Formats: sequence, C-alpha cells, structure tokens
Amino acid sequence: MAYFLQQLINGLTLGAVYGLIAIGYTMVYGIIGMINFAHGEIYMIGAFICMIAFAVLGFMGIASVPMALLVVLLLAIILTAAYGWTVERIAYRPLRGSFRLAPLISAIGMSIFLQNYVQLLQGARVKAMEPVISGGFVLMRDGSFQVTLSYLQLMIMSVTVVLMAGFTTVIHRTPLGRAQRACEQDQKMAALSGIDVDRTISLTFVLGAGLAAVAGVMNTLYYGVIDFFIGFLVGLKAFTAAVLGGIGSLPGAMLGGLMIGLIEAFWAAYFDAAYKDVAAFSVLVLVLIFRPSGLLGRPKVEKV
Amino acid sequence: MAPQASSISAALREASLAAAVALVLALPLAGVRLPSGAAEPLAFRPWWVVAAVLAVFVGRFLIALHISTRRPRAFAAPPLFDRALGAMTPWRRWIFAGFIVAVALLPLMPFADRRMIDLGSLVLIYVMLGWGLNIVVGLAGLLDLGYVAFYAVGAYSYTLLAIHFDLNFWESLPLAGAFAALFGVLLGFPVLRLRGDYLAIVTLGFGEMIRIVLINWSDLTGGSEGISSIPAPTLFGLSFTANPAAGETAFHQFFGIPFAGVHKLIFLYYLILALALLTHVFSMRIRRLPVGRAWEALREDEIASRALGLNPVMVKLSAFGIGAMFAGFAGAFFATRQGFINPSSFTFIESAIILAIVVLGGMGSQMGVVCAALVLVLLPELARDLAGFRMLLFGAAMVAIMVWRPRGLLSHREPSVRLGDRAGGAP
Repeated sequence: MAYFLQQLINGLTLGAVYGLIAIGYTMVYGIIGMINFAHGEIYMIGAFICMIAFAVLGFMGIASVPMALLVVLLLAIILTAAYGWTVERIAYRPLRGSFRLAPLISAIGMSIFLQNYVQLLQGARVKAMEPVISGGFVLMRDGSFQVTLSYLQLMIMSVTVVLMAGFTTVIHRTPLGRAQRACEQDQKMAALSGIDVDRTISLTFVLGAGLAAVAGVMNTLYYGVIDFFIGFLVGLKAFTAAVLGGIGSLPGAMLGGLMIGLIEAFWAAYFDAAYKDVAAFSVLVLVLIFRPSGLLGRPKVEKV
Repeated sequence: MAPQASSISAALREASLAAAVALVLALPLAGVRLPSGAAEPLAFRPWWVVAAVLAVFVGRFLIALHISTRRPRAFAAPPLFDRALGAMTPWRRWIFAGFIVAVALLPLMPFADRRMIDLGSLVLIYVMLGWGLNIVVGLAGLLDLGYVAFYAVGAYSYTLLAIHFDLNFWESLPLAGAFAALFGVLLGFPVLRLRGDYLAIVTLGFGEMIRIVLINWSDLTGGSEGISSIPAPTLFGLSFTANPAAGETAFHQFFGIPFAGVHKLIFLYYLILALALLTHVFSMRIRRLPVGRAWEALREDEIASRALGLNPVMVKLSAFGIGAMFAGFAGAFFATRQGFINPSSFTFIESAIILAIVVLGGMGSQMGVVCAALVLVLLPELARDLAGFRMLLFGAAMVAIMVWRPRGLLSHREPSVRLGDRAGGAP
C-alpha cells in the first residue's frame, strides 16, 4: 500500500510535467492542425535555459532560493517563448496553406536542427546541477519504507494546477482565447470578422512554449541532469498524452499527461523499467484503435 | 533595378528586428556555456553572441532587400530547376537508362577503388530504401516516420535465420522481406483507419519500440552489442573467401583467377544494384495496376475514392506492407554487407534521413530519390571535417527546402494515369 502510494505520487509528478508539454501540442494541433514536432526540443531548450540561469545567478552570488526560482522561471518562460515564436515564424508560417505533410516535415527538420544547435553550443555531455530544493513531508510509514511527498513534488503539482486554472481562464474569458477558439473553428471566417489570424497563431506558439519552459524548469529541478536529447522522448510521450486525452482539448491534455505519467511510474515499479516507454506507446496504439478521438475529444467529421 | 531609399530603410527596420530577436535567442545558449564536470568553470562567450547578432542582421537585410527589389512573381521566369526539368522531360527515359548503364559500369572502371565501390553500395542501399519508402509516402501519401523499424526487422530476421537455422542469403532474403511486411501489416491495421498525422506518430513510436526491444531482449538479439559474424552471401554457391571450407568452391577458384578482396565488394555492389532496380521496376509497374492507381487516388482525395467504392484500409495496408517488404530486403542486404548489426544502426535519425531523401527528391519522383540519396549520403562522407555541423545543416536544409520548394527538388511529377492523351492516343 505504501509502495503504491509512493508510486502514485511519483507518477502524478511526472504526469503533471507531461501534461504541461501536452497542452502545447494540443493547442497548436487544435488551431492549425499540425503536429509541432519541434515542441519537445522547445522543452529541452527551456531546461537548458533554466540550468544556465541558475548557473549565472550562482555566479552573481544570488543565494536566496525563492528569489532565484522566480527569476529563473520568468527568464526561462520569456526566452523559451522567444524560441517558440521564432520557430513558428521561420519554419511554419511560410508553409501555411501548403500541402498537408509540408509543415510536419519542416517541423522534423526544425527538431533535428535545434537538437544539434544545442549540442554544438553546449556540448554533447550530460549537464548536472545541485538540487535547489530538498526535503519533504513524510506522509506514511510502513516498516522501514517511508512515503514522502517532497517539497519539489508539491511545488510541481501546485504550479501545474495554477497554470491549468490560468489557462482555462485565458481560453474561455479573454479576447485572445476567443480569437483562438474562432481560428480553431474556421480561420477564413475568423479573418473576415477582423481577427488577426497570424498573430493569434504566433501567440499560441508563444503560450505553448512558455508552458514547455515551465515543464523544462520543473524537470531540471526534479532530476538535476539534462542533455540535448531529452526533448525527443519526452516530446513523444507528451504527444501521446495529448492524443490519449483527445487532441484539441485542454483538460484532455492534462488528463492524458497524468495517465501517461501514472502508467510509466507503475509499469516501472511493478514490471520492467526497461520497457516503460514501450508501455506508454502501446497505450497510444490501443487508444487509437478503440477510441480514436481520445478520452475527452469529440469525433471530427471530415467534410468536403 | 536599383533599390530605393524607402526599401533600404524598410529592410534596415526588418534587419534590426531580426537582430534583436537573435540577441534574445543567442544570449543564454551561445553566450554562456555550462560546465560538463565539477572541475570546469562556467564560461562566458560574449563574442559568439555578437557574431550571431551581426550575422542575422546582415543576412536578414540582404534577404529583405532582395525581396523588395525582385520583380513581381507573375512576370518572373520559372525557377531554374523547373526550366531544366522541362527541357529534360522528353529525354527522361534516355537519361535514366544512361544513368543506369553508368552505375552498372562503375565498378569495372579503372579508377574505381575499394572505397568508391563500398560508398557506391552504401548510396544504393539508401536509394533502395528511398524507393521503397516512396511507395508508402510518394504513391500512397502515408507519412511513415518509423521506416527504419522494418529495415531493422529485415536485418535481424536475416541474421537470426542465417545463424540459428543455417539458411543462406538467398533462402532468407524472401523470408526477411515477408517478416518485415508482416510487421507492417500488423502495425498498419489498427492505425491506417486514422488521419495521416496519427500514422506518423504511431510509426515513430513503433520505431522506438522496436529499438528498445532490440536493446533489451539480449538473449535473442545480443542487446546493444548486437550480433557479429553474419555469413556473407554466395553467388550460386560460390563463396568469396580466400580459403573456402571443405566442399565449397570459391569464386576465384571456379574462374581460375587470383583471389582479390575487391571481388566481394563488386558482388555486393551488383547485388544491391539488382535489389534497388527490382524496387524501381516494381514501383513503376505497380502504378499501372489497379492497386497502384488506387494508392494514388487515395492520396489525392480519400473521400472521393471512398465514394467510388475503394476500401481505404485495405488499399493503404497493401502500400504499407509492400513498402515494409522492400525495407526488409534492404535490411537483409545491410546485415550481410556489414557482417555485424546492432541497434544503433536503426535510430530515428535513419528514418529521418530516408524520409528526407524521399521528400527532398520530390515525392513520387524516382530520379529525385537518386539525386537526394547521392547528396545526403555522399556529402557527409566526403566532408568528414564538418561532422559536427552535418546534422545541423541537415535539419536546416529540410526546413529550407520545405519553405522554398514544398514539393521537393525534382517535383516535376507526371501523373501515372490521365484522361485522354496528349499525343491523341486512346485512353
């Protein structure tokens, strides 16, 4: 029971991070119907910026942890969002209205480019960081086994919840969210009624990249090691999460992320850790067979 | 046309904006280098940022100036590529035939050395993979990001059959293809009912799954060490070794010529050339069969094809399975050429390279695949010094070509079927 509870906590933490990334996939897919293959790399860049920012702050001698955390988070969000904006501007915007596979192939090229860009600039070796936040609550004792909820896990979950709430408000209550929903339904009609479609799509990429940056910061704090290749697998799993939850649906992305995180944690705990990625992808295939529109998605009818 | 003052100032504005963005982007990643170990200090590189910002400023300025002074599109001549292709089109068959003859004669030329023949067979592997994937992506319009998985299935099934069941190359080649096709059908069946992008991601996931299984199932696959001492193929029972085992005849003994290691390379070269040409002829002929026409119809308009009574799942499945089969053949050849295999030969990057060959060549264009394979395989081999920048340029080229020519370099595609005929023949 105690072991189960601990895995539940670990899985939820992991799932919160996947969920944050999955929102970026699901929003972009909802609006322009493309898989932003480079989104995993945006997350990786966010993680790198987080570690660099911590290193620079440490170099400047800023020691207050809450202060440093806030600065790092803001810097990572702003700088990563700039990457998201640039990627959209260079690789996707010129291809709008092109044939269907063109943006996806461009995105794959972008993803390869960004990986090698970071590898060339920062080197191929793993970068490590001292843990910034340590300690936690002991929730339960079972013999010698302790169930702990670390402060960091608590922080990751609460930041995710706050961001989710904020995002839902943005989508449902603000002019930007209205414009996004309009573009999702019909871009031409939205443009006719005075919505700047290009700007809305750009902002969607910026928001998605911002969330990926938060995920990158959280994961860097949680694991303490990063390299230039972390974006590939995490991106793939986050996309799986978005599909699982129903692509185009925000709560679905979060739900899918949590489920992928839980599946991975439990599979690694009770079965074979080497095959935990296989388990996550198998879930994707099963979902696509039995419920192609995902858990919370609506089936889309294709019209001529 | 001389640039006007207004267009220069507009270009300057654009360039300053781009330079500002470049500053933001370069500041963290280029300006600071994280230490890799505890002993290494944090390094600051301000000049890298300055260089990046300057490069972006100048580059953006020149592009903006070029665009503003360019004549309007309608009056511009068609791009150079299109004109060259248009001129070549009537001679297409002859150019292709001449090319095949040149490729076939290459190993016999006096200047051909071991390295050149070896590189030639490497290029031909990619040409064959490109043509195989072209059936899936170019003809049927299905985006397969895990093509390398079927390549791996072919390579491993050949190896395991050869080692555990003592089958020779010619016996296990069809089996390797069949296994790969079986995997293709098994994977394709659930996914092909869905939209193309899902297929892309599922095939990508499948490619990773195969690799993870190959690494972890050590009893069968040797784990990440892989399997070595894979038997080499024979020519009608003639082996290519200096001292053949008892009861075997070697190539040089049969023909009464002195032994030379290059014979085996030349044989491998012709073997992959034959396999590649088989792929080519197959995909050219199948376009004229009902199933090939169904692929192209489905690629162009799924709803219309469905309305005409095609079963999309079966049609796509056949394309997917046949594409996988050719990857299986190529995989078997790869295993026997290398003599050893391990999972690191079958990463996502391989899939991306094969896809890039198809896409850059112009989807559906057979000759385009050859050109793209030559460029993408030979350039990195020749420019070893640029190894670090190789994949960076590769990714940038994929983006640039999509932006510049979304239909690929040689995108002058002839429809396989047309209503009526330009020459006035019967349909």
